[in-house]
Amino acid sequence: MTRRKLTRRIAMHLLLVPFLVFALFPFYHMVLTSLKQNKELYDRTAVPLLIRQGPTLEHYTKLLWDTAFLTWTKNSLLVTMISTFVSLIIATVAAYALARLQFFGVASLGTAIFVTYLVPTSLLFLPLAQVVNWLGLGDSKWALVVTYPTFLVPFCTWLLMGYFRTVPKEVEECAMVDGATRIQALWRIVLPIAVPGLVCAALFAFTLSWNEFIYALTFTSSSEQITASVGVTSELIRGDIYYWGSLMAGAVLASVPIVVLYVFFLDYYVSGLTAGEIK
Amino acid sequence: MAIGSVGVATASRSSSLRARMGELLDREQWLGPIFVSPALLLLLLLVAYPFCMALYFSVSNAFIGRPSHFIGIRNFLNLWQSDAFRQTFQNAFVFTGAAVGAKLVLGLSLAMLLDQQLWFKRLIRGAVLLPWVIPTALSTLGWWWMFNSLYSVVNWTGLTLGLMDPPGPNWLGQKYYAMTAVVVVNIWRGLPFFVITILAGLVAIPRELYEAAEADGAGALARFWHVTLPLLKPVLAIVVLFSTIFTFSDFNIVFVLTHGGPINSTHLFATLARQVGLETGRIGEGAAISLYLFPVLMLVVFAQLRFVRKQAY
Repeated sequence: MTRRKLTRRIAMHLLLVPFLVFALFPFYHMVLTSLKQNKELYDRTAVPLLIRQGPTLEHYTKLLWDTAFLTWTKNSLLVTMISTFVSLIIATVAAYALARLQFFGVASLGTAIFVTYLVPTSLLFLPLAQVVNWLGLGDSKWALVVTYPTFLVPFCTWLLMGYFRTVPKEVEECAMVDGATRIQALWRIVLPIAVPGLVCAALFAFTLSWNEFIYALTFTSSSEQITASVGVTSELIRGDIYYWGSLMAGAVLASVPIVVLYVFFLDYYVSGLTAGEIK
Repeated sequence: MAIGSVGVATASRSSSLRARMGELLDREQWLGPIFVSPALLLLLLLVAYPFCMALYFSVSNAFIGRPSHFIGIRNFLNLWQSDAFRQTFQNAFVFTGAAVGAKLVLGLSLAMLLDQQLWFKRLIRGAVLLPWVIPTALSTLGWWWMFNSLYSVVNWTGLTLGLMDPPGPNWLGQKYYAMTAVVVVNIWRGLPFFVITILAGLVAIPRELYEAAEADGAGALARFWHVTLPLLKPVLAIVVLFSTIFTFSDFNIVFVLTHGGPINSTHLFATLARQVGLETGRIGEGAAISLYLFPVLMLVVFAQLRFVRKQAY
């Protein structure tokens, strides 16, 4: 590498530093706060960027034993896994039909899916709360299992349509000439080729429902039914007293499942983010 | 003996039924609708129907637990009498304009940086994308603590570096600072989407074009202006459209960070709709506030569809 090229490359990295600090500092500060002892946390003369008086796990133990955090996390997992699984099945068959089959209304249905994909959850939460009550699911986590597919299905369908279109039609037709029915061809030929797309859709569905907030906040309220994000943001604040250490510990712990997925599947997140929007 | 023959008869009938079913499922005009119907049913019941309910609520005086009457567009008009709503209307445009504009500029810059030869490329990309995958409500809690009036790390840093006068701004307690804080968090959370999408667009630009421009004597700025920007335009348009709708309808950040305060100065349509519709129970009015999101949604959908179609052909 020539000297000029090296200088240029180092300059590029230096320019990146402010962006990286901006992106990562909030997480650093969250973790730091959750590990600090109260006397250092509420000492206005202490340096907030470091732990100087020794770390502690007291905020975590308090969160786990004195609050219903584990129940909230269990609720989140249950809601997320069921709604992801159901949405993925519904979206896979719909996406296959919309991408591959010729039938009455296929084009306008594709458009309809795209439009609902753009409808923000904050537009519909008021009437949906009424629907949820009529279904007898008021203040129940099952209300979330029922309503989350309304944004997961359009998203996954849109994403998977793109993937199905990249599978060559000929591969499927060959199998059908050899005597396979269309469903067999879908099951044995198309789906295995589309596995990366399915993984991607599953990851995004999991992330979107884990991160969902407004429906969870509106449709559930009792401590046994709420999800982790709602529990941490509402139940850990009692009146005017904020337990900042436990609050940050809750935010950190409730993010762990997503971070784990993210670390293992980073490339899928990147490809899904770009494929979903442009295709 | 008799029982056995009955068994055989049903078996053969069911197998012929299955064959007929199989034949039917092989026909696209049957299989298509069957495959689409679960999704369609879901969207009709839980998107289209609630949407119609929202329309009905918005023209009624619905109140939680009370029969409602049709009152025409009075809700939509009465809202303009309310200071909170007029403030919200203005906030929504300021918030969306500032946040989307900043995300576009910063996103384009960061994407161009990431397009360079870098060490630890994967790691850097992972770090940049992180704010987007963490639950917004939770990461906003972190920001809430960072903007705390007594222990703000932002102010501590500003004071230590000599950028602020003591005691530093009360971020969430003062009008303009609160709006700034909300916008900053939205930029923080939305920037990865811009960066990753624009980066995908940048990578797709053929290197030969840059080489040709360079051979013609174009400098870095000219290459950016005449090669990068024109070729990136479709991607930028799509990103901005998507982001506009999701920023305009934002709820989580404002709800956690400021609850719309101080004195409604950071309320957005979604947070005000929740406050009016659920906390005070005036569902009709709440639905009307939510529906003010609709024109923007329609505009974006219209632009998107035109755009997507134009790209497809």
